[in-house]
Amino acid sequence: MSATAAQDRWAEATQLRLTWWRFRRHRLAVVSLVIIALFYLVAAFADFLAINDPHATDARRSFIPPQTIHLFDEDGFNPHVYGLRGVRDRQTFQLTYTPDPNRKLPVRLFTRGYTYNLLGLFETDIHLIGIEGGQRTDGIFLLGTDQLGRDLYSRMIVATRVSLSIGLAGVALSLLLGIILGGVSGLYGGWVDTLIQRVIEVLRSIPTIPLWMGLAAALPNTWSTTQVYFAITVIISLIGWTDLARVVRGRFLSLREEDFVVAAELAGASQGRIIFRHMLPSFASHIIAAVSLALPAMIVSETALSFLGLGLRPPAISWGILLQDAQNIQVLANAPWLLSAAVPVILVILAFNFLGDGLRDAADPYG
Amino acid sequence: MNVLEVSDLKKHYPIHAGLLRREVGRVRAVDGVSFHIAQGETLALVGESGCGKTTVSRCILRALAPTSGSIRFDPGQGETVDLATLPKRALRPLRRHLQMIFQDPYSSLNPRMMVGDIIAEPLRVNGVPAAERHARVLELLDLVQMPAVARTRFPHAFSGGQRQRIGIARALALNPRLVVADEPVSALDVSVQAQIINLLLDLQDRLKLSMLFVAHDLSVVRHVSDRVAVMYVGRIVEVAPTDALYRTPRHPYTETLLAAVPAPDPMRRGRQMKASGDVADPAKPPPGCAFHPRCPYAQDRCRVERPELTEVAPGRWASCHRAQEIELAGVA
Amino acid sequence: MVERTSLAVRDLAVHFEMEQGTVRALEGVSFDLHAGRTLGIVGESGCGKSVTARSILRIVDRPGRIVGGQALLDPGTAEEADLIAMDPESRRMRGIRGGRIGLIFQEPMTALSVHYTVGNQIIEAVRAHNDLSKAAARDRAIELLREVGIPRPELRIDAYPFQLSGGLRQRVGIAMALAGDPDIVIADEPTTALDVTTQAQVLDLLRRLQREKNIALMLITHDMGVIAEMCDEVAVMYLGRVVEYAPVADLFTTSRHPYTRALLRAVPSILATPRQRLATIGGAVPHPGARPSGCAFHPRCSDFMPGRCDAASPAPLRPGEAGASCFLEAQP
Ligand SMILES: Nc1ncnc2c1ncn2[C@@H]1O[C@H](COP(=O)(O)OP(=O)(O)OP(=O)(O)O)[C@@H](O)[C@H]1O
Ligand SMILES: Nc1ncnc2c1ncn2[C@@H]1O[C@H](COP(=O)(O)OP(=O)(O)OP(=O)(O)O)[C@@H](O)[C@H]1O
Ligand code: SF4
Ligand SMILES: [Mg+2]
Ligand SMILES: [Mg+2]
Repeated sequence: MSATAAQDRWAEATQLRLTWWRFRRHRLAVVSLVIIALFYLVAAFADFLAINDPHATDARRSFIPPQTIHLFDEDGFNPHVYGLRGVRDRQTFQLTYTPDPNRKLPVRLFTRGYTYNLLGLFETDIHLIGIEGGQRTDGIFLLGTDQLGRDLYSRMIVATRVSLSIGLAGVALSLLLGIILGGVSGLYGGWVDTLIQRVIEVLRSIPTIPLWMGLAAALPNTWSTTQVYFAITVIISLIGWTDLARVVRGRFLSLREEDFVVAAELAGASQGRIIFRHMLPSFASHIIAAVSLALPAMIVSETALSFLGLGLRPPAISWGILLQDAQNIQVLANAPWLLSAAVPVILVILAFNFLGDGLRDAADPYG
Repeated sequence: MNVLEVSDLKKHYPIHAGLLRREVGRVRAVDGVSFHIAQGETLALVGESGCGKTTVSRCILRALAPTSGSIRFDPGQGETVDLATLPKRALRPLRRHLQMIFQDPYSSLNPRMMVGDIIAEPLRVNGVPAAERHARVLELLDLVQMPAVARTRFPHAFSGGQRQRIGIARALALNPRLVVADEPVSALDVSVQAQIINLLLDLQDRLKLSMLFVAHDLSVVRHVSDRVAVMYVGRIVEVAPTDALYRTPRHPYTETLLAAVPAPDPMRRGRQMKASGDVADPAKPPPGCAFHPRCPYAQDRCRVERPELTEVAPGRWASCHRAQEIELAGVA
Repeated sequence: MVERTSLAVRDLAVHFEMEQGTVRALEGVSFDLHAGRTLGIVGESGCGKSVTARSILRIVDRPGRIVGGQALLDPGTAEEADLIAMDPESRRMRGIRGGRIGLIFQEPMTALSVHYTVGNQIIEAVRAHNDLSKAAARDRAIELLREVGIPRPELRIDAYPFQLSGGLRQRVGIAMALAGDPDIVIADEPTTALDVTTQAQVLDLLRRLQREKNIALMLITHDMGVIAEMCDEVAVMYLGRVVEYAPVADLFTTSRHPYTRALLRAVPSILATPRQRLATIGGAVPHPGARPSGCAFHPRCSDFMPGRCDAASPAPLRPGEAGASCFLEAQP
């Protein structure tokens, strides 16, 4: 009787499990979840995955176009790249690079490179891939280099860390503000509610870009990268929390009218028990969905701010800063590969949106 | 012995308007309602949509704070209390004696709790020990004719009728002195509705329940109630034992309601609608008898002087100036 | 005298392709609508009443799909046309929808937009089906509102739907349905959301309009009282099939399908004796996705014959002939 066994399983499934079952049916959302998980993995092991020191500049290797790794040579499997020979054009003084077929640089796994701190646990200099031997200017430049000769691939990998974590930190801050203020607003109502609602309206009525510009311009130039990082987080979550507060308040208001909450009240349950046992579990899923929709907004905000030169500043590395390099049309004409920094931004934003939609549908099958 | 005595209960909602949100009027949702419920008795509250039935029941449960009036309730410990004026804190220990059955079987059960926990929740918050709770849940499931395995399942696994049984079990968990049921069968299909009506009748017999049964379906009410109170625009216009009220109504509004019910019998077709027009607005009820614009028996007096609820025969109350002189048609 | 057949529905089948499998919402539904007569469609929630109405008008919600059958307008005449064969978005179909066939919804608010006045919407509906100037259409709209018994229509025409009571809104809904001067009207639970008094008025109105305009009315309801009051013939549906078809008087006196009999006994009656229990049908309507084998009613049937009723489906009804789809009937 497997049919009834399945029925029993369904009958005894918690809402969380039901949500998961429903979520699994959204192909796109599941794929998005995997993509996002991969991105965060990359962020966590960024230095390990990076090949060259993302901060190391070298005028002798500026604007190297993307290189390919050749997997085979005449001896069979032997992944390698060719060394590069820079030739300066007599007329334009442009440096152009051509592969030097005589210098074959073998690509190996777990090679030594620049030193970094793995997950804050210990220092190491092991990287996933790298070349053995070669001169100081040699390296693998999968996505080419920028004007200062920094490896774009490694920079993009390392930028993931900042761009994705600033989103998380921003959302965490928004969430805290949103849940507390939205909860207070929805639970107590009255003048508290009115006050909070007016504050939200005022904040939302200020156009975002000028507000950011003003606040970002006010950041002292002397601040360290870390300080700027936190300041930017606070600035972008200043707008973000209002949305979450509205979601939370709305859920509280509608749940308070919900018959099962009234029933708990009539049973004589205390205020705390009503909130924590009956109300909060019912909107955890909504919060998760709201968060997964708020995250991409935060990421875009950081990217936009940094792109405009108002957010993080070099030497910090974020997607926005990488794109900043691609602002100049002249540079772009010479080095179109710099635009590839836009690809992960688009990918992550889309993935988060699909994930959020999937989660919302799965969490609220009746709504 | 009366479990509940409501007298002159009022619930007004202020209407605000303008920039300063001044009070410009009041919705008289409940405007002076009095009735009692005896031990073991089921009183039905009927009337058209918006007449204030839900407001009355929520006031009794103190989910709403009444504007004025008294609600004397006997928790069974010798002394009665006035629920209308009791502060929230003093109310909590009394909650267990007053329980409710809801209309919507879907929103009344927490989708994130197992059925056993839902039924046990009132026991738990009132300090019944776990072992006793378990036995009581099984007993209650049996009482509402649900299998014991339901305990470990979630509400989504049950149909509307089964959910309503679970809601009833929860309401009965603490052996309440009074159960308030607001339209408990109106969201259900005919066949399921019949099962729940029978269940309620069984429970009335077995547990000697006292119940306030709010409904708009006069046929359902005839099956389950001992007495009926008919409401119109925030007031009770007639109270009588069920059978008497249906056979010989004493208020023109009751007659109108009864005449409007389509009987499931094609031979009785073509009855005459007595009253026309719409229900009055509780924000500006007509002067005199609120029913007079629709009443086929209205006279000049009805337009100016408000009739009081008076005893027109032993056990029968009506608020109509002409209750003693007009002959009204009921249903046999 | 045999009236003209306005619409003949034959073997209508509608499936919903869901992730959990195919839901057979309709499995071969057949009936006729005659000018000047009322066909009642009755059955419990989910039996396919609304899907039937929506398929005739070709407005079945996704993922629903009409997988077979016909809906013949003016069958047997030179103008015979099969609605099921038409493109739902074609001009012709749009002309028929709201033109020859009017639709009245359960909750009139679903048919009315809150952003436009009642007048705007009726005028638009009038002009969609008649070649009239704006002014002439407005006059026609006022006339329609008067026809459905709305007092002072010249004023009400500029009201927004939310400014009207439920009864008036439903009258506006009926006026909308009449805007294209239909000769067939499908009313899907037109009075379910209304009070009994308002229901009686709306039913009176429908009856009057039908008489005046010789409309073929298809009245969907789950209320046996409304059926008894309004209909000439009745089709009882269970899980996507018509299980019994009969003239209304016969249905109530000598019903032939066990489901009809059980349903009639389960209906609460305004004539009940005090505390009268109802006969119940065991269990609940199964989900159409989990249709029982053989006769779909067999698990709940009191006349269930093992080995017969669960083995094969009884023969479907012949359209227009009274009978029941049951093995207790003579099988062809
Ligand atoms: N919060 C409120 N503010 C203003 N008016 C209200 C409020 N709640 C209810 N009312 C009004 O009070 C009146 C009585 O409402 P109530 O819900 O008690 O009616 P009811 O008899 O239960 O109707 P129904 O049969 O539709 O459930 C209605 O006219 C309603 O509009
Ligand atoms: N949009 C839809 N998506 C999926 N299934 C549907 C949809 N609409 C209808 N169905 C299926 O078709 C069946 C018949 O539905 P229908 O709305 O016709 O029932 P009904 O007889 O009108 O019931 P009610 O009395 O509740 O209005 C339902 O049980 C449902 O499973
Ligand atoms: S008091 Fe007058 S108006 Fe009111 S119900 Fe009696 S007869 Fe009718
Ligand atoms: Mg109510
Ligand atoms: Mg329907």
